[in-house]
Amino acid sequence: MITVELAKLLRRPRTWISVVLTCALPFMVAVFITITHLVPPPGQGSAFLSAVLQDGALYPAAALALVLPVFLPVAVAVVAGDSIAGEATGGTLRYLLVRPVGRTRLLVAKLVSVTVYVLLVVLAVTFTAYATGVFLLGPSVAAAVGQAPGVAGGAGGSAPGLAGQAPTAGQAAGGAVTSLSGAPLSLLQLTERTAGAIAFITVSMLGVAAIALFLSTITDSALGSALGALAALVASEVLVTLNAATVVQPYLPTRYWLAWIDFFRQPVFWRDIQRGFGIQAIYVVVFLAAAWANFSTKDITA
Amino acid sequence: MIITRALIKRYGAVTAVRSVDLDVREGDRYGLLGPNGSGKTTLVRMLLGLVYATSGEIEVLGRRMPRHAREVLPQIGALIEEPAAYPHLSGRANLTLLDAAGPRAPGGGFAGKARRTRRHRVDEALEQVGLTGVGRRPVKAYSLGMRQRLGLAAALIRRPRLLILDEPGNGLDPRGIRDLRELLVGLNDAGVTVFLSSHLLAEVEQLCTRVGVLDSGRLVLQDDLAALCAPTGRIVVDTPDADQVAALLDGQVEHRDGQQLLVRYSDAAALNTRLVGAGLRVSSIGPQQRTLEDIVLSVTGAGSDQIS
Repeated sequence: MITVELAKLLRRPRTWISVVLTCALPFMVAVFITITHLVPPPGQGSAFLSAVLQDGALYPAAALALVLPVFLPVAVAVVAGDSIAGEATGGTLRYLLVRPVGRTRLLVAKLVSVTVYVLLVVLAVTFTAYATGVFLLGPSVAAAVGQAPGVAGGAGGSAPGLAGQAPTAGQAAGGAVTSLSGAPLSLLQLTERTAGAIAFITVSMLGVAAIALFLSTITDSALGSALGALAALVASEVLVTLNAATVVQPYLPTRYWLAWIDFFRQPVFWRDIQRGFGIQAIYVVVFLAAAWANFSTKDITA
Repeated sequence: MIITRALIKRYGAVTAVRSVDLDVREGDRYGLLGPNGSGKTTLVRMLLGLVYATSGEIEVLGRRMPRHAREVLPQIGALIEEPAAYPHLSGRANLTLLDAAGPRAPGGGFAGKARRTRRHRVDEALEQVGLTGVGRRPVKAYSLGMRQRLGLAAALIRRPRLLILDEPGNGLDPRGIRDLRELLVGLNDAGVTVFLSSHLLAEVEQLCTRVGVLDSGRLVLQDDLAALCAPTGRIVVDTPDADQVAALLDGQVEHRDGQQLLVRYSDAAALNTRLVGAGLRVSSIGPQQRTLEDIVLSVTGAGSDQIS
């Protein structure tokens, strides 16, 4: 059943169109930066963007920061929200179930397929951004600036400890990339940390997927479940920036979304990363359990 | 083959199926009739484990449903309301995916062999429904009738012992309906039990050996078609000499409508001889047979989609 779901995912034009569109945004940004050589000053704009002119190899991280707030969650919510509701609307759900495919098995297969989709998008963005960074923005220019390039302001887990790190001025042995804290990162370290960031972002997106999948078992409208999941994220974003809601903030799904940036500090700043993983794991477990409870006892009338 | 006992389904305040005792025997071509909204689809979905009964028992192929769905469903081919397929894929790809989604076919063996037997099954199913030439076109380019045929192919792909078809004639042109009838009769001759629901009396009358009539969720009639439509022991006589015939057969004429008389008489041939012997003209003569339409209308009230 899992192979069937994967075949359906990979043979669907929508999958590849959304991947291409998601990769197109960072590419477009890179083209503009290459032409104008204008980047946001450190501490402003999207994370890592201020540093990419010095280090093209940092562009994958910058690209992930670009697509994370809207593009990724939208794509994931659409695919996950469509997973059960779309089959119900199209009428194929009832034929799958009488084949028979067990309801639990179908749900698991859908979850695996959504996970593969998330990985596909994140990896596609990473690799196209790496190619873009190296070819358009050029490889590391070695002249790493002595100051911390700075992280996005705004929401998220950028720790205040950032400024406290003593910048190591004028280091950058050939090819090394500068971490956000100013210390150099070897290529191996950069690869490891990018992998960590990918894992973190994937798990964050699985949280979104779990919410959308749950809604997808409740309604027969794919649009409704996708928008419902996005509404939950928007609500969470509003509360994250609201001082009056401090009590609930540690439990909001988007509270630690940007914590993966901490992978690019030297040394890695683990606290928010761990909390982020933890909170997403809870969201995934709770919403999948709810989806299973609802779907396995539901009358299929569509 | 299919037995239900006191089967009830309530959706909130609405009772869709009220205490239905269905009895479909092996080898039947069973037609479930009923107006739209009479509960046919809910009943079919309960048999297949898609909708859970509020109370009552369901036994399909000798096993309880939905508890034994995993053993029962692989032996059933089903068409539930409209057929459905992934529109961007070809008919062949749809069947292949659907077949791969189910449990492994018996004797499937290792992966390579399973794939070969699957391709063979898909070819066979497409051929049975007459879609051989168009199996490679995407389904979104199919006509309504072709989609219906593809849905049938999906039901046939695992060579089921029992076919459960909800409104199988929908969307088919007269030629398609005849093809469907011939296909189902052929399968039935080969040992497949056919259970279908329909609101088209003619379709059921021509195809089925046994009928059930559902009205507002109640099974108001269930019998063999031959028994239902058996001669009533009355003879219909059409004659221009109606007055003389009525006089001759005084007391045996139950009803007169112009030139048509309804006579209580056992044998049409004997009556004909007697009338002709008396010098009376007979335009037509034959035993009275109730049509399925008469029977169904006599046991059903207003359709439940009408406002009563």
